[in-house]
Amino acid sequence: MLPELGHFALILALLLAALQAFFAIAGAARGRDRWLTAVTTAVAGQAVMVATAMACLMASFVGNDFSVTYVAENSNSALPLFYRIAALWGAHEGSLLLWIFLLAVWTVAVAFGARRLPPRFSARVLGVLGLVSFGFLLFTLATSNPFLRLDPAAADGRDLNPILQDPGLAVHPPILYTGYVGFSVAFAFACAAMLEGRLDQSWARWTRPWTVIAWSFLTCGIALGSFWAYYELGWGGFWFWDPVENASFMPWLVGTALIHSLAVTDKRGLFKSWTLLLAILAFSLSLLGTFLVRSGVLVSVHSFAADPQRGIFILAFLIVIIGGALCLYAWRAPLLRSTAGFELGARESFLLFNNVLLVIAAGTVFAGTLAPLISDALKLGTLSVGPPYFNPTFLMSMLPLLALLSVGIHANWKRGRLKDKQRTLLYTLVAAAVLGCGLVFGVYRHGRLLTPVGATLGLWIILASAVDPIDRWRRGLSLSRAVLGMTVAHIGLAVAVIALTTVQSFTTERDVALAPGATVAAGGYEFRFAGVRPAEGPNYSAIAGTLFVTHHGAPVAVLQPQKRQYWIQRQVTSETAIKMYHGDNILLALGEDLGAGRWSVRIQIRPLVSLIWLAAFIMACGGVLAASDRRFRNVKVAAPATEAVATERSA
Amino acid sequence: MNRFLLPLGAFLLLAVVLAIGIRHAPDKGVIASPLLGRPAPQFALPDLTQPARLVRSVDLKGHWYLFNVWGTWCGECRAEHETLLRVQRAGLVPLIGLDWKDDASEARAWLAQFGNPYQAVAVDASGRVAIDWGVYGAPETFLVDPRGIVVYKHVGALTDAVWSQEILPRVGAARPGKS
Repeated sequence: MLPELGHFALILALLLAALQAFFAIAGAARGRDRWLTAVTTAVAGQAVMVATAMACLMASFVGNDFSVTYVAENSNSALPLFYRIAALWGAHEGSLLLWIFLLAVWTVAVAFGARRLPPRFSARVLGVLGLVSFGFLLFTLATSNPFLRLDPAAADGRDLNPILQDPGLAVHPPILYTGYVGFSVAFAFACAAMLEGRLDQSWARWTRPWTVIAWSFLTCGIALGSFWAYYELGWGGFWFWDPVENASFMPWLVGTALIHSLAVTDKRGLFKSWTLLLAILAFSLSLLGTFLVRSGVLVSVHSFAADPQRGIFILAFLIVIIGGALCLYAWRAPLLRSTAGFELGARESFLLFNNVLLVIAAGTVFAGTLAPLISDALKLGTLSVGPPYFNPTFLMSMLPLLALLSVGIHANWKRGRLKDKQRTLLYTLVAAAVLGCGLVFGVYRHGRLLTPVGATLGLWIILASAVDPIDRWRRGLSLSRAVLGMTVAHIGLAVAVIALTTVQSFTTERDVALAPGATVAAGGYEFRFAGVRPAEGPNYSAIAGTLFVTHHGAPVAVLQPQKRQYWIQRQVTSETAIKMYHGDNILLALGEDLGAGRWSVRIQIRPLVSLIWLAAFIMACGGVLAASDRRFRNVKVAAPATEAVATERSA
Repeated sequence: MNRFLLPLGAFLLLAVVLAIGIRHAPDKGVIASPLLGRPAPQFALPDLTQPARLVRSVDLKGHWYLFNVWGTWCGECRAEHETLLRVQRAGLVPLIGLDWKDDASEARAWLAQFGNPYQAVAVDASGRVAIDWGVYGAPETFLVDPRGIVVYKHVGALTDAVWSQEILPRVGAARPGKS
């Protein structure tokens, strides 16, 4: 009964999404203000229906209802409750439902937060969101219904893919999707502005907090995915430039550009059409990511249940939504001219460089991700693009970006006079260089060319970012949350740069064959193998190896990497053992049984690797802090005194 | 004005590429397997019915075969068994079984009770060969061509429809006149 109720709720949600889109967009276009009052009702109704569908599917998972195909394929009665809930988004149909649910949550939040905006404008925003939701609901109902029954019912389920049975991965999709879906709000704001044919500075101020929050979630989501790849897959890396990883990274890069371009539009009324384009692009790349992952067009380690039928549907949806938005853009953007100018060396020019470099970075990732597809489509043979392409091309746009960051945050708006900041910049740069080179050659005593460069750039960003806030704080001046958030996010980026530099330069990696009692030394540590013993979990059996780790004789840890065999899916996974010790990350993975008690063991020592994920978390915190600034909460709508009016309708 | 049309043009170009990409995408219901179009993994495992003999992938080269992963512990495998028997009676493509992580005596009893559709059954007690084949869950069926290339993969119970619509056309198209 519950699956049917959920299915019915989804159909009602589809109808309500259609009503929401129609009344909002048509009502605003024709000036029927009474139609607009129906919009918020439709938003609320749709949210209730989607939540009902979500609850029904969750109840089927919790109650082990294996008469539901999706549950039978992705769960099992031996699966712990936590993973039975997480199994809801363990495959395609449920992830789509999660996507729709999160879109409903964002829409309700926007409806709530947009009460202070002009009614027609907020209606148009909700209308565009309704259109997006309608597309996804139609997609789910037409091609990927999670509520289909299995007749006869399965006695037990096929179990959740063991790789997904990890706390990190259970929370990774909801957080990542919250970020993805969040960019639909910026997209809806952009479309609403284009439909209205006007875009003023208060528009940017409304859009900024939504975009920054979505970006923060995306940052966390990507970091969690990377952490999981490192920790659970035991592949010994944190980033593989896999198509699915790239699919989440491209919206992140463009979203980062959007945040900065929105700041210029907000403060100076510039970059209007560019900001609109970035808002469209960020959401388009989120949709494209879904397309690439779901359609089976690209083969990736992540892809499951690929289906060209679904691919065709998503492609049609992409053409309607993105094509429509870009048509609107071609029509309306020429009207949005900015009259204000700025000098080279003004903050605007640095933010322009930031945007250009970030978009180039996203473009190179895009080209590398789609190259295999294009070469296949043109029958040029199978092409595989990997780190040898991505690492140098990405670095080429990132190095100037990082170098310009420290200067850019000290530049003034409008005027290019950097003279009065020269001394601060020079001192911080020298301090960073001395500190960076000192650390590299003092602690590690060797390094590649890029090692001191990366360390210096990272430290320079930290010092240059912190100088002004510390100065203001010491003089007892107030600091806005927006500035504080920006500083925190930039420091997060710098921490990531330092961590990446260190990891790339100083990782030790060895595969060794160990007999019980044998000792091996690697990266300044000693590892003594004490043999293996069987272990058991709720739905798997395992072999656990025991290794005593010491550092110059002093005990560090006893690590027990496991090889797990899940009973139902009969899949073997490697559970790595990880120990943080004085900033070093020691990772052990159990390999093959070599016979006579000997096992192959992979030893990796990665200095500072956990700082990468911490850095992402710092960046996300900075984003949330900035979004909570009072300035964004009390945006005056019709305030003739503000500069907003001066530039609006300037065309 | 013109430069504002550029993004639209670029997007439409991309849409065309993606549309071509879909046409080349693997078939419906397929878990995208990196094995498709690549040589089948090598194996040499004891035969279920004659443990002294080995079932070896090298001996299978030169003709089509269906590689069917099963186990007595797998409920869906019982569901596809009738189809497997019909495939055997059709006599067009031999079935090679992979008895995956199973008790050999139970597997022999299963074949004695329900009928044996296989030309040979390889016993994969450790599950190592199944990992090489990228098996996700039983049953799974792979179609391998005479050159030893995996051309098709079916996840879940094999049905008559899959046999007649997906597997037969591939085998038939590759050797015209010998349906």
